[in-house]
Amino acid sequence: MSDKIRTVEGITKESTQAMIDEALSVYPEKARKKRAPHLAPNDAASGCASVKSNKKTVPGVMSARGCAYAGAKGVVWGPIRDMVHVSHGPVGCGWYSWGTRRNMMSGITGVTNFAMQFTSDFQEKDIVYGGDKKLKTLLAEAHDLFPLAKGISVLSECPVGLIGDDINSVAKTSAKELDIPIIPCNCEGFRGVSQSLGHHISNDTIRDYIIGTREFAEPSSPYDIALIGEYNIGGDAWSTKPLLEECGLNVKAVWTGDGELEKIAATHTVKLNVIHCYRSMNYMCKVMEEKFGIPWIELNFFGPTKIRESLRALAELFDDNIKQKVEAVIAKYDPIMQGIIEEYKPRLDGKKVMLLVGGLRPRHTIGAYEDLGMDCVGSGYEFAHTDDYDRTAPEMPDSTVVYDDPSEYEFEKFADTLKPDLIGSGIKEKYVFQKMGIPFRQMHSWDYSGPYHGYKGFEVFARDIDMAINSPTWNLVKSPY
Amino acid sequence: MRQIAIYGKGGIGKSTTTQNTVAGLASIGKKVMIVGCDPKADSTRLILHAKAQNTVMDLVRELGTVEDLELEDVMKVGYGDIKCVESGGPEPGVGCAGRGVITAINFLEENGAYTDDLDFVFYDVLGDVVCGGFAMPIREGKAEEIYIVTSGEMMAMYAANNISKGILKYASSGKVRLAGLICNARKTDMEFELISELARRLGTQMIHFVPRDNQVQRAELRRMTVIEYSPEHPQAKEYLTLAQKINDNKMLVVPTPLEMEELEELLMKFGIMEEEDESIVGIAEQAAA
Repeated sequence: MSDKIRTVEGITKESTQAMIDEALSVYPEKARKKRAPHLAPNDAASGCASVKSNKKTVPGVMSARGCAYAGAKGVVWGPIRDMVHVSHGPVGCGWYSWGTRRNMMSGITGVTNFAMQFTSDFQEKDIVYGGDKKLKTLLAEAHDLFPLAKGISVLSECPVGLIGDDINSVAKTSAKELDIPIIPCNCEGFRGVSQSLGHHISNDTIRDYIIGTREFAEPSSPYDIALIGEYNIGGDAWSTKPLLEECGLNVKAVWTGDGELEKIAATHTVKLNVIHCYRSMNYMCKVMEEKFGIPWIELNFFGPTKIRESLRALAELFDDNIKQKVEAVIAKYDPIMQGIIEEYKPRLDGKKVMLLVGGLRPRHTIGAYEDLGMDCVGSGYEFAHTDDYDRTAPEMPDSTVVYDDPSEYEFEKFADTLKPDLIGSGIKEKYVFQKMGIPFRQMHSWDYSGPYHGYKGFEVFARDIDMAINSPTWNLVKSPY
Repeated sequence: MRQIAIYGKGGIGKSTTTQNTVAGLASIGKKVMIVGCDPKADSTRLILHAKAQNTVMDLVRELGTVEDLELEDVMKVGYGDIKCVESGGPEPGVGCAGRGVITAINFLEENGAYTDDLDFVFYDVLGDVVCGGFAMPIREGKAEEIYIVTSGEMMAMYAANNISKGILKYASSGKVRLAGLICNARKTDMEFELISELARRLGTQMIHFVPRDNQVQRAELRRMTVIEYSPEHPQAKEYLTLAQKINDNKMLVVPTPLEMEELEELLMKFGIMEEEDESIVGIAEQAAA
């Protein structure tokens, strides 16, 4: 958390509100009334959300949201590498969610990782006669073909919920017959207002079917922790896990980036949970806290300033041994980070960035930009809730615009007014803004790059941001806007 | 081509009435197709003299996809050159029978089952219109005439009124109309008068009162319509009359469904139900007496 309230030159509460009002003015009255509470100037001092969130998207405007199935398959379950993940329903949901998130995996395909696309590929007959039998056959065949898979998740697509396929009962009988965990996840896409509910449902199934069902082989130590809500995008976990280990901690499990089922199942024995993506996994942190008494801490490993703060906050929870190691780690990396800042900051100082990402980065990455001398002039989430916006308020400069589930129109309008030097968002936004002549980075997938997490990641991040903003290409582009 | 859908409470005799009526139409020289929209697939048994036939969905399940299906695989011709198709579907409790009806009717349309030489297409629909699939026959461009089979029993009348509500919904956006009630008599008290009055309240007519006769069952046991089994029997004449009335019917209305209280009041008026006497609620006849 930042201690002093920052401002950006030229941005006041009044200027931001005027920009919002202008954007809203084109809407019909009903849409305007609905959208208005989702857009506001940041009130940094309050530490409270300034916008409403987690509501149904206003029809008629493009939004960047996914569905409950996307939250389950893409976010929570998909990254677990030693399981088979079955998309139960027609082929498209599984196919188009396959390998699109850049949650990187180690292992050998078919032996220790199963990053393949498994689907029950529903046809008309499966809708009419039900897909239960097909699912049962599929589970047996998948186990036959890939006997080394540690378990199978069954992720419901929309039609399963409509025709009432009883995947829970199929999973139960098949799990007994095949003697492996089979986890049914009722994450039909039409449930909820965004992918967020899919995260929650998936957390609940981990609670009901997985946690506490295994123990770690090696004896426990006071330094056992788990890394929660770390999905290894672009190899992030391969930067943060070694970093925490360098600090003397044993990272026993990563949820769920490059994840392993049996380690996740034994996580109830760790001493502390460190959570990155609060939105998608706070539920299980709370469950483990209540049920097993495991405390948890939300940390940010983007940029040296935040890493330093985070490591020290972490060290506070452990003994002097860890505290010393943490200080040694900080002392070791700070000069290296200073070198990176000295290289890139002169070219990035004073540049402005706008963000629209999922459930964590719109606040967590702000510090990394600031380390490079940049200002965040607007930020928002696709599917965050009030507690995320509460956490965002102190991270953003005062009076900058906060937008929840913005339409493409609102986003474009704000960019047009604020004239940022960089926008960080997703693939659908990328070309819109590039065509406006604004440099852009995809911040869901790290734009084919990464890692951005940890000390290792900051070097890559700084290089990528410099490349995006200072590419001479932009001098050759004449934007029609 | 007139497309007609037959609705009514489950077990009221829709399939029997439809097939006997269609046999009647065939015997006056009309070309008819029956589309059974019920997973039980018993809408064409009396015409085909066969207990079951290949339904559209059964074949889809066997062949893998609906694209692999040929019209001649599912369309059979029975008594009086009546063309017969059954949509088929799952056993109770699994899958989606409604989608089966949609798939089957789409298949028939795409494969040219609705030929110009047909005078009538009859849809025999599962008792309760539980979801959109079973309303498929009355969607835009399909059946525009609905007949509801009912009897003087309270629940059958209640169902008829509910179906009228459904028709009202579709009538406001399309051409579907209520064409009449067919009373399949159960020999309840004042049945003729009661159903005539219900029809009047709904804004329609009781197009025919089909008396109860065991000849229907005798014919059914031999997998035949009465018209085929015993053309000279008085019951056969009843169905012929009904067929002729449907053939000549021009009275197509947007129904005016009743409120529940209105329906109960109707039953009281005809002496079927006592004046509101709350003390009898939940008490057996003997105990009440």
